[in-house]
Order: sequence, then C-alpha cells, then structure tokens
Amino acid sequence: MSAAATSSSLTPAARLDARGWLVAPALVCLIAMFVYPFAYGLFLSFQPMEGGGLFANYLKFFTEPTLWPTVLITLKLAVPATLINVGASVPAAFALRKSTRASKFVTMLLVIPVTLGTVLIADGMLTYYGPNGWFPQALHALHLYSDEVRLTHNYWGVLISLVISGFPFAFLLILSYVTGIDPTLARAAGTLGAGPWQQFRLIYLPLLVPGLTMAACLSFVQAFSVFPSAVLLGVPAGATRVVSIAAYEAAFESYDYSLASCVAIVMGFVQLLIVAAMLGARRAFYSGPTTGGKG
Amino acid sequence: MKHNFQHLRLDNVARSFTNAEGQSVAALNGLDLTIKRGEFIALLGPSGCGKSTALNCIAGLTPLTGGAIWLDDERIDVLPSEKRGFGMVFQNYALFPHMSVLENVGFGLRMRGVPRAEIDKRAREALQLVQLVGHERKLPGQLSGGQQQRVAIARAIVIAPPVVLMDEPLSNLDAKLRIEMRAEIRRIHGELDRATIYVTHDQDEALSMADRIVVMKEGVVQQIGAPRDVYSRPRNLHVARFMGYRNVLDVSITSAQGDHARVSCGGASFDGVLMESPGSGGKVSVAIRPDDFERAQAANDNAFEGVVETVEYGGRDSLLRVASPFGPLYARLPGDYAVGERVPLRVPVERTLVYAGERA
Repeated sequence: MSAAATSSSLTPAARLDARGWLVAPALVCLIAMFVYPFAYGLFLSFQPMEGGGLFANYLKFFTEPTLWPTVLITLKLAVPATLINVGASVPAAFALRKSTRASKFVTMLLVIPVTLGTVLIADGMLTYYGPNGWFPQALHALHLYSDEVRLTHNYWGVLISLVISGFPFAFLLILSYVTGIDPTLARAAGTLGAGPWQQFRLIYLPLLVPGLTMAACLSFVQAFSVFPSAVLLGVPAGATRVVSIAAYEAAFESYDYSLASCVAIVMGFVQLLIVAAMLGARRAFYSGPTTGGKG
Repeated sequence: MKHNFQHLRLDNVARSFTNAEGQSVAALNGLDLTIKRGEFIALLGPSGCGKSTALNCIAGLTPLTGGAIWLDDERIDVLPSEKRGFGMVFQNYALFPHMSVLENVGFGLRMRGVPRAEIDKRAREALQLVQLVGHERKLPGQLSGGQQQRVAIARAIVIAPPVVLMDEPLSNLDAKLRIEMRAEIRRIHGELDRATIYVTHDQDEALSMADRIVVMKEGVVQQIGAPRDVYSRPRNLHVARFMGYRNVLDVSITSAQGDHARVSCGGASFDGVLMESPGSGGKVSVAIRPDDFERAQAANDNAFEGVVETVEYGGRDSLLRVASPFGPLYARLPGDYAVGERVPLRVPVERTLVYAGERA
C-alpha cells in the first residue's frame, strides 16, 4: 500500500526504473547494426538509379525475365531442402533420443558437417560427386548405374549441399525437442494398448509440431538465402540462379545498389511470408507442456 | 483380455542390469508372489528396494532377466506391454498433455477399436466413477494435481484391466488430499473386483489400503503378510525399522524359553518376544515402537526409569527422547513433559520384539 502511494506521487519520468538504462547499449547496437541498414536499404530500393518513379525497381523485378524467376528457382531449392532436412531429422532424432554411448557417437557423426563451411563442403563435393569423382566411379564399378552420373554443376549439386549443411541444424534442434518429451507418456500409451507406431503418431508427433515448425522455419530461411553453393555447385546463370545471385549481380556487376536493395527486400518479404504461414499453421495444433503432469 | 482370471502369479521374477563398472546388479531378486482376483497388494520399501522395478516388470515396461509371470495358465511376461492390457497409473500421472480429459480416458478404448459412441459412453462412466464429471473438455494442464490423479486412474480402469498397477500415485499430492485419495482408491478397487498392485514407500498408506503387504529391501522380499502381521510381527529387523520400530537396542540375552526371552543391558533387564532364533554369542537386538511405551505404575514388570532429554509436543501426546540404561530411546506418551523430568517407562512383553541382531 505505502509503496504504491509513494510511486504514484512521483512524476512518470522519475518512476522509470534507472535499471532501464541497461538496455541502452543493446538498443544502440540494434539500431546501428540492423535497423538503420535495413531502413536505408528499404529507402534505397524506392530510389531507382534510372529514375521512373518510386516503384520502378519493383516493377522491373516482377517484369524482367532474368529477375522474377529467381524467386521460383530459390523456392524450388529451399522447399525440398527444408522438407528433406526436417523429414530426415525426425526419425534420426527419434532413434537417437535415448542417451547411450552409441547414440552419442552417431549424433556426433551427424553433426560434424556443422563445423564445415559451405565453401569447403562445395569443394569436397566437387571432387567426390564430380563426373570422375569417387561416388560416380563407385556406382559404375559396382554396376549399380551405367549412365553418366551428374551431381555437380546442376540443381542436384546445390540441393545435396543444402542438405549436408542444413541437416545438422535441423537434427540438433529436433533432437532437443524429442528429448524434451516425457518418455513415460509413450510408456503410458503402451500400457493402454498403443503399439510403437501409434505411440509415435498419437503421442510424439502432435507434441513435436511446435518444434518441427521452428526447425522448418530456420531450415527454410537458411536454404532460401543460399549463395556460395549455388555458384560453386550449380549453374549460376541458369537452373540455380537464386535470388541472392540476382542481388549480387545487381550490386557488384551492374553497380545498381538501388535494384540490389529491391531484390533483397523482395527476398526478405518472401521469407517472411513463408515463415508467417508456417507459424500460423502451427496455431491449429497443440502447443504447451510436453510432460504428463506433476513430476 | 481375460477378466475372470483367478490368479496373477510371479514365479521367481528377477531383473538385473549392468552398472557403469560392467558388473551385474540385481534390482529385483527372485520375487515369488501369487495375487488373487479382488486382492489389493502393496509393494512397500524404501527407494531403490526394487518395488517400482517389480511393477514395471509386471506392466511389461521392463523386460525380465529371469523367472516368469503367469495370468492363470497364460504366460504373459513374453508379451509387450500393449498386449498385456494392464492398467497403469504413473507417479507423474503421464497424462497426454495435448488431449482433453475425455480423450485421455478414451485412449485405451480407441486403441482397442471400440466405436466412437461407445468410447464416449464408457469414458464418461469412468469419469463418473472417479467423480470428475464436468471436466471432460479440459486439458490436463488445466486441472489440479488431485484431479489429474483421478483422470490417470479413470484412464487406467476404463479398459477394464484384470490388474491395475499404481506407482506411488499419491506422492505428488498434499497431505490432506493424500488421505482422501486413499479411501477413494480403495472404493474404486472395491467396485471393480480386479487385482490392484500398489507401490509405495509410505507405511501408513500400505497399512491402510492393502489386503497384503510385500515388504522389500534391495531387490529381495523381506516379508509378505496382512497389514496386521507386518505391523505387529515384523519378520526381521529391517522390516521392523521400516514399520516404525524406531528404537533398536543392542542388548544381551540372559535366558530364553519358548518364544519368550529375557534380555539385559546396563544393569536393567526386561522380557520380550523372541522373533528369530538368537545367534551364538548372546548378543541380540530389541525393537520397540515409540507408541508402545507406557508410563509405568509402581514397580511393574518390564519397567525402568529414564530422564527426558528433549520433548516434541504433539497435542494429545508428546514424543520424548529419554536417556535410559539401554541408551537413548524415543517414547510417545500422553500429556506434556519437561526436559530433565524422570519418567518410569514400561513396554508390554508382546510389544517388545527380540531379533538376532544386525548382521555385520
């Protein structure tokens, strides 16, 4: 009572906790390093280099046949990569959810690509999957496939590299969600007559939906901004001409920063749309505690 | 699922695991137990005694490493848990957090392919039995601990299991609710005419609920008996300690005749009932519950005098720590006492239990 009376007699400014100033350094960094460049880029995208009104860049992007298809090309890479990464992570994480020496070892193996940069992965893939690499040679030697194996410098090369670099992230994230689910829930379902598949489908899967959505969002954003592997392992002028390549060309080959900003803004907007759609879809499912009571 | 079974028989059931050093450790050792339909069995013991392991073995959640489990003449330890059809109530309830109360209770029926309308009807009946009508649409997270507990029981019994297994189901509830739920679980057990196996470390719970108590220690059964037997005639010192015989005195045996013995220590002596044949050497242990002490009138048999060292006031009575010729004792006596007061104490001969003593 007395505390409330004292505080209401003070001016609003004096009532502000002095500790609030601790936010200031972070706020300054945020503004200087994110808000300002973003606002600057947004502003720049409405100032076309060649004139023609506010929306000239956006009009150009969506009419120019070298620009607008890049969104579709990127989606064609990012969506399957996301589905594969998340889809493969679920059974892997589920199989490795119990912490044993063997499962720790396999987990470590699966996570190793995280430590490799995308360029290093691309370089390794060129030697391994290239026309005369070990992989095609092995296929031929084992008579599994006799035609030419082309897994680099095309769509598949980029997709494989997106899976190699993206899978560990999705796997680790989903593993932490899977292990967070109380294992007695599945045991309880077992005593009630649910077999292993039903335990997975009716107990684990619904409780995993929030985790899967998060993993899919992060995986998608990561894959959608693909750049080095699209250049090194793909066809940067054709089948894997992704959005970031278009932005790079606009900025560093045509020196049209205004158009490059416009491409970047469109790229961000598409990512935002997809992520928002996924998070929106999640709301149709249960999210909440993943344990079965007090414990 | 057979509901008209007569016996659930555990035949030399054992479970061991390999520890970090690679040694085999027995969590459960040669458990023999036959449970009749309609019986309420309590597995009682301190944590780590193997009682939960035994329950998990029966439920099929932990494979046996020896022995067999029979439901009448059908061997069931080879079946996975989903094929045994026993209802289990978990310590943390293990309610499915993403399903409503009604869906939780109906889960077992759904797994059995029961038609939807029938599931609904039977789940509602089960909720009625645990007195939880009106909460059907809520999620478990919206219920109190006691309500969650009732949902867990309803979910286990709705499938009409031959045996209901309960793993310390009351340990997460507050004291008042715990007492209420004891009677509730007993009532539900009575209405179902099935067997209930109930794991607890709380001797009061076991005494008040069970038809028979199985006292365990380190994976080995110590005593199986009716609550009255286990309470008043513990088979060994371990069971006695666990059943509240707080005073265990090291004394010498001076004479024994039949099941009566006279023991002495520090110049005083008294009579007791011989529970085990005394080993050689004449050293024995005497177990006495604090509640069995009485204030001695005049020079009764079995009387001696002590000095009050501490007093725990308990309303109707007081728990005293008394310095005696046999060392410090705990005695619960009616009334109020002061520190330093001299009290004459006695114990009825039949409440003074003489055991062979601790095996070193």
